[in-house]
Amino acid sequence: MRLSMAVPRPPFIAIGLLSACILAYEVLLTRLFSMVLWHHFAYMIISAAMLGYGASGTALTLLKEKIAPHFGRVYVMAAMALAVLMPVAFMLAQQVPFNPLELLWDKTQIAKLLAVYLLMMLPFFCGGLGIGLVFWYFGREAGRIYACDILGAGAGSLGVIGVLFLVPPPMVLLVLTLLALLAAAIASIELKMRPRWLMGMCLGLALLAAVALPGAWLQVQPSVYKDLSQTLNIAGARVIEERSSPLGQITVVENGRIPFRHAPGMSLNATDEPPPQLGVFVDGDGPAVLTRFDGRLAPLAYLDQLTSALPYHLLQRPHVLVLGAGAGSDVLQALYHSAREIDAVELDRNIIDLVRQRFHDFAGDLYGQPGVQVHAAEARGFVNTSQERYDLIQVALLDSFGIAAAGLYGLSESYLYTVEALQTYLSRLTPDGILAVTRWLTLPPRDALKLFATAVSALERDGVPNPAARLVMIRGWKTVTLLVKNSDFTPQEIAAIKQFSRTRSFDLAYYPGMRADEANRYNLLQQPYFFEGAVALLSPQRQTFLDRYKFYIEPATDDRPHFFRFFKWNAAAELFSLRAQGGMPLLDWSYPLLVATLLQAFAASVVLILAPLAVSRCRRSLPSAQVALYFLAIGLAFMFMEIAFIQKFVLFLSHPLYAVATVLCAFLVFAAAGSWLAGRWQGTGSRHVALAVMVLGALALLYLALLPGLFRALIHLPDAAKIAISVMLIAPLAVCMGIPFPTGMMRLADTAQDSIPWAWAINGCASVVGAVLATLLAIHLGFSVVILLAVLIYGLACAALRGFACAVRP
Amino acid sequence: MLRQNMVEEVLAEVAASSPYSGRDTLSPAVITAMKKVERHHFVPTWLAMFAYLNRPLPIGYGQTISQPLIVALMTDLLQLKEGDKVLEIGTGSGYQAAVLAEIVKSVYSIEIIEPLGKEAAERLKSLGYGNVEVRLGDGYYGWPETAPFDAIIVTAAASHVPPPLLKQLKPGGRMLIPLGAHFMTQYLMVVEKQADGSVTSRQIVPVSFVPLTGGH
Repeated sequence: MRLSMAVPRPPFIAIGLLSACILAYEVLLTRLFSMVLWHHFAYMIISAAMLGYGASGTALTLLKEKIAPHFGRVYVMAAMALAVLMPVAFMLAQQVPFNPLELLWDKTQIAKLLAVYLLMMLPFFCGGLGIGLVFWYFGREAGRIYACDILGAGAGSLGVIGVLFLVPPPMVLLVLTLLALLAAAIASIELKMRPRWLMGMCLGLALLAAVALPGAWLQVQPSVYKDLSQTLNIAGARVIEERSSPLGQITVVENGRIPFRHAPGMSLNATDEPPPQLGVFVDGDGPAVLTRFDGRLAPLAYLDQLTSALPYHLLQRPHVLVLGAGAGSDVLQALYHSAREIDAVELDRNIIDLVRQRFHDFAGDLYGQPGVQVHAAEARGFVNTSQERYDLIQVALLDSFGIAAAGLYGLSESYLYTVEALQTYLSRLTPDGILAVTRWLTLPPRDALKLFATAVSALERDGVPNPAARLVMIRGWKTVTLLVKNSDFTPQEIAAIKQFSRTRSFDLAYYPGMRADEANRYNLLQQPYFFEGAVALLSPQRQTFLDRYKFYIEPATDDRPHFFRFFKWNAAAELFSLRAQGGMPLLDWSYPLLVATLLQAFAASVVLILAPLAVSRCRRSLPSAQVALYFLAIGLAFMFMEIAFIQKFVLFLSHPLYAVATVLCAFLVFAAAGSWLAGRWQGTGSRHVALAVMVLGALALLYLALLPGLFRALIHLPDAAKIAISVMLIAPLAVCMGIPFPTGMMRLADTAQDSIPWAWAINGCASVVGAVLATLLAIHLGFSVVILLAVLIYGLACAALRGFACAVRP
Repeated sequence: MLRQNMVEEVLAEVAASSPYSGRDTLSPAVITAMKKVERHHFVPTWLAMFAYLNRPLPIGYGQTISQPLIVALMTDLLQLKEGDKVLEIGTGSGYQAAVLAEIVKSVYSIEIIEPLGKEAAERLKSLGYGNVEVRLGDGYYGWPETAPFDAIIVTAAASHVPPPLLKQLKPGGRMLIPLGAHFMTQYLMVVEKQADGSVTSRQIVPVSFVPLTGGH
């Protein structure tokens, strides 16, 4: 059925605004759910919620005949519903007593999680309905509609980051509500709708929301199991400062009655108590501490009782680089040990400002001490560009023990602990310099042995003939410190290491020439696992050891930067069988959660989107296999390309936030340009799709080959230049990626308009599944392989387009 | 009956891990105590039906009551004697204190979250545990008036072992600390104070999951 065009042109501006709202909302939810729960659950919930987008295609297919006469009103209502549901769905989802930590024990948690999913799908459903409706109604204009859609998405993803610097996350919900209402009002103008009061109503609602919505309604209620919630339960605890940025919500807590006493893994022989401290929480996790410093070093003696103090007993007045300085504990440790100069690198400017300004007196002007230089930068990026040579590079204990213990980081990419990262650190050391990395002790050993394996690989890649002579590892009861030296450890140094460990009851886990009977003396394990592991990792049988070890401890690389992934399927099966003995806590949780996310995305795609279409009378408009394959393939391939290239550029642009924002925005803006081009080339689409796919395939392969070298050569350039270069590199790729979707849509508009909602639904599902699948594939195969796969899938799409063009052309 | 089943399940799990842990059962005193203490009094009423399952449960204020197996293991690892005096840091709902009180002469327990501590004190009193004393506040400095202790159990999260607590441990005494996240105890640490005052620790993974370290 073809509709007579009651309105002259699509609501381009409103589409852009609506799309901006949806993307901004997605980014915002990552922040909000990280504050309420933990980051990887945020990822899981948002991935499910995005399926609401696909489900809107289903609804559209089922209801299009009923909707058609009221196109304009339905469109405006969808935008208004989005406006209302963005804050309401989140507020209601917070009321669901979902506790992910109980998933193991309590089956009702799954039902609660589903309730959260369903609630969070609603806004995406409404937004998707609005945009899908326009695609269907104005199919021939798909090129320009898609251009506005993704241009809006790009602006939304970038804009929300800017807004997050200005207002706290819950208030951004309100900003987005206003924007969606504005979109509704503009749509009513663009669609020349009558009655006029509809526009007035939208604007009135916007005004009402801005004035009357109580701030208290928009409060974030963090899980009671978050570190911050627990801390605030303690008598005397009070929040004395809050700062918010897209990097995280910082909360500073003071407790005059029961002080913080943070000294992670302090020696059991120590008698010192840390001086007064303030707890610093990021997104409710932590604490890191801001320690009172009055210029006297004596109260800092406890810092000499940590495993991380070891390198200071081998170096005289070193020039130190602290990576991940936070509120300054490691800087204090360096000061205590008479470091000559200290460069401290911290990503979050808000934390630096707290130490420098808000708590300037409490912190004793720590970052203004003679010899102390603080840099607001990403750690790896700073080292890449630094021309300095250091005697010691300290990689601080950045994550909290609870999070490390619960294995919650497995999904996250970290470029801090890769083989290439360690090579870079070593290259910035003086000839006798030392790299020191401290991690929480996990049992059975995971982080420490993975780090050791990574260091061995880095030394080997650097052509060091005998890596065994340059490594030392010690462990306390809660922390492990690894030293990697730029030259062989001397007998004097080894004597100092032994002395340091003995007086603090720390165990030697490895040093060059260590005997088995020297291991496992003070903090007794059933076997000297760390020593045995280290020796095995230095032996010719390393690969056998890595293969047989029950956790995944192969070194992380820049192409597979998942340091925190320790999961192996067979160990998981064994631990599951031991669950009654308490086996499950030993599991690395994030990986199975990622797999669960993928499965749920598949299942929800079938249940919510494809099944209703298949059983309804819409099966008459069922697209051909080629059409389905085409939209599936371009959905998957787009996400693969985008996610993998974002990762490649993150390393070059250094700052995770700005890199993601820049790259994502560039991808979307230039894909919009591609769509616009596709719109202009109407009628000759399939040739252009083939050309676009060939060009993007060639570019992707070229980039895979050239980017590592190019990035190394250009990494020293200023940020603005690096951003410009990145945008130039992305532009041609993204233009090509923007062509296939609108071309397919236009072809359907010409030949099988009723199949457009199907295509919208399939593409929506493919995008969600594709995002999760890309991460999973990268963990196993690396991001380079994900890019190769994307090229292959685009090739497949190209073949499918030829098929469906021929099959349905009258 | 439910308690009996719970303890039998715990014992079966202990026996199953014996080739690894070298411990094939729990001490008779621990078994008796576990059978006697009514766990359903120590969990919120709406969770009472799960009280005798071998699983941790929430008790409010973001706190949890440990899995019975872990409570049994921790108590067993302390190697308590009838006349012992025990200090507990982190009363929670009071279940662990009740189990200890069934075995030893006196238990001193400190809870940092005031409402939780008050509820636990009343609960223990009403259940007739006259040998448990609960105090609200900071556990860092222990309970110096009644120190030294034969055993100390620290269930509250701490970044380090408070030196005052080690001081209050008798030579030959044992301190036990569970480590991990909420609902997820990963390993248990036993700190032993030697006769000469020096300390060593043992890290015990409760599960018979031995990592392979072969290949050399």
